[in-house]
Amino acid sequence: MRIRTIIDKEWAEVFKNKMVLMTVLLFPLLFIALPIISMATMHSMSSLQSGKTPEVILQQCQTIGLTEVECLQTYLVGPFMLFFLLMPLAIPVAIAAYSIVGEKTTHSLEPLLATPVSTGELILGKGLAAALPAIAATWLSFAIFLIGARFVAASDRVYAFITQPMWFFAVLLLAPLLTITSVNVTIWISSRVNDPRAAEQLGMMVMLPLLVVVFGQMAGVITISLTSILIASAVMLVIDIAMIGLGVKLFQRETILTRWK
Amino acid sequence: MIRTEALTKVFESGRKNVSVRAVEALTLDIKQGEVFGFLGPNGAGKTTTVRMLSALIGPTAGRAWVNNFEVGKQDRDIRASIGILTEQPGMYDRLSAEKNLNIFAQLYGVRDVPGQVEKYLRMLGLWERRKDPAGSFSKGMKQKLAIARAILHEPATLFLDEPTAGLDPEAAKIVRDFIEELKIEGRTIFLCTHNLDEADRLCDRIGVFKQRLIKVDTPSRMRTAMFGREIEFRLRRAEPSMIEQVKHFDFVKNVEVYDNRLIIGIDDPETRNPQLVKALVEAGAEVQFVSEVRHSLEEVYLALVTSGHK
Repeated sequence: MRIRTIIDKEWAEVFKNKMVLMTVLLFPLLFIALPIISMATMHSMSSLQSGKTPEVILQQCQTIGLTEVECLQTYLVGPFMLFFLLMPLAIPVAIAAYSIVGEKTTHSLEPLLATPVSTGELILGKGLAAALPAIAATWLSFAIFLIGARFVAASDRVYAFITQPMWFFAVLLLAPLLTITSVNVTIWISSRVNDPRAAEQLGMMVMLPLLVVVFGQMAGVITISLTSILIASAVMLVIDIAMIGLGVKLFQRETILTRWK
Repeated sequence: MIRTEALTKVFESGRKNVSVRAVEALTLDIKQGEVFGFLGPNGAGKTTTVRMLSALIGPTAGRAWVNNFEVGKQDRDIRASIGILTEQPGMYDRLSAEKNLNIFAQLYGVRDVPGQVEKYLRMLGLWERRKDPAGSFSKGMKQKLAIARAILHEPATLFLDEPTAGLDPEAAKIVRDFIEELKIEGRTIFLCTHNLDEADRLCDRIGVFKQRLIKVDTPSRMRTAMFGREIEFRLRRAEPSMIEQVKHFDFVKNVEVYDNRLIIGIDDPETRNPQLVKALVEAGAEVQFVSEVRHSLEEVYLALVTSGHK
């Protein structure tokens, strides 16, 4: 009951904050629009610029029988698919960054901590308040993207690439696990800094490892597969369990109340 | 009820290896239904004491019980059984007054949330503004809302940290009247304030505190202990013979004369005043007024804090 009240309070407070609301809406809009527009643009322009596709990529595509347009779309849509893993990392940062430090700056944390709410309930409530919109936004965006992609995909083969099980595992399994990581890291940061913007900026660093994967994939250094998604999910599950336990222990009510200036 | 035994709080600064003793061996016994004024200068450790007693921070040494629950062992029970008004109102400014109270009523497990919220919003004159964001409220209105938040779950004990600080006289009076109502209801109130007149009017006992407890007593006993009892006799015209007349009494401790006013120090004015009036009249004095000199709590407080400091 108390957890639900905290979630309700967080949402009521956070979604009246225009800055947070903009961030929460911006990422899904951006990550849906970018791949759809890119695919549509490629679809219409590739015939005019035929022959400009790098030879290395083209050779790889020809071995599996893809045309140049199909090849370009599948090549570029791969990194874009990883954006659906960036979203569950970025959105909770915007929400959770305000969760502790925001309460501190408005002096509402002390009355809140003076209620019978336990540290576990507080962290869980604030964590879920940040995680649930992120997961919902990711899943909804992915669904919208799949519908949109159906219209701009050059062929059924391209669409089959987009809808392969690997991406469903990534969005439905790995994304929520990444969200939990992001929430934990951001709440931890938020309980240690004095400014919500600092918490947000530091929290965004949680995206760096995934950005390395995105650029690695674009450079052809890293290959994403179902196996790598499942391994990453297992690793994130272990990390998340450890972080949840650690988060409650690291949340020192006394330190937060007495050492914050 | 609140009881402490040598309650101590030391803050350690890890970086500079410096420790600060915020509260030193505080021993108190505050009974159910008592309004206890906790007075002390800024940085005396009042807020730290309130935070310890409201189970927000742990003591370094000593023990404390609030509503028969022990600090450090039954912290959630303590938090459920007390109400706290912090130094800053700390409302959720984007949310309405009603929403603010709803949230806290739910966190405290109040059964009739809408009923309790309405009761206290009406009692504190905020009902008409219940749908407005708390951020749009004046400081006085925010303070009243914070008081409503502290009392929503009908706690037996209330900790009020500077409840009238920064309020205009009208808002301060509303808050003081409300505290008096809470006192009539039999709640224990631990009141931190710099407003000595307020403490004088509201508190059954006061404790003067500066890192350690300097003195605890009722305001009137503190005055007597500090300054004795003095009676002012205002005469139409004071003559030296009249002064000599009263000095003859062995129960008169001292006599001071200011214009036509005689300030006479005595222990038992209820018994001795008639004798003094009679003697003065016999000496030819025309007595216009007789009243007890009332030293302000400020004088007592300053004397205690200054001597306590030394």
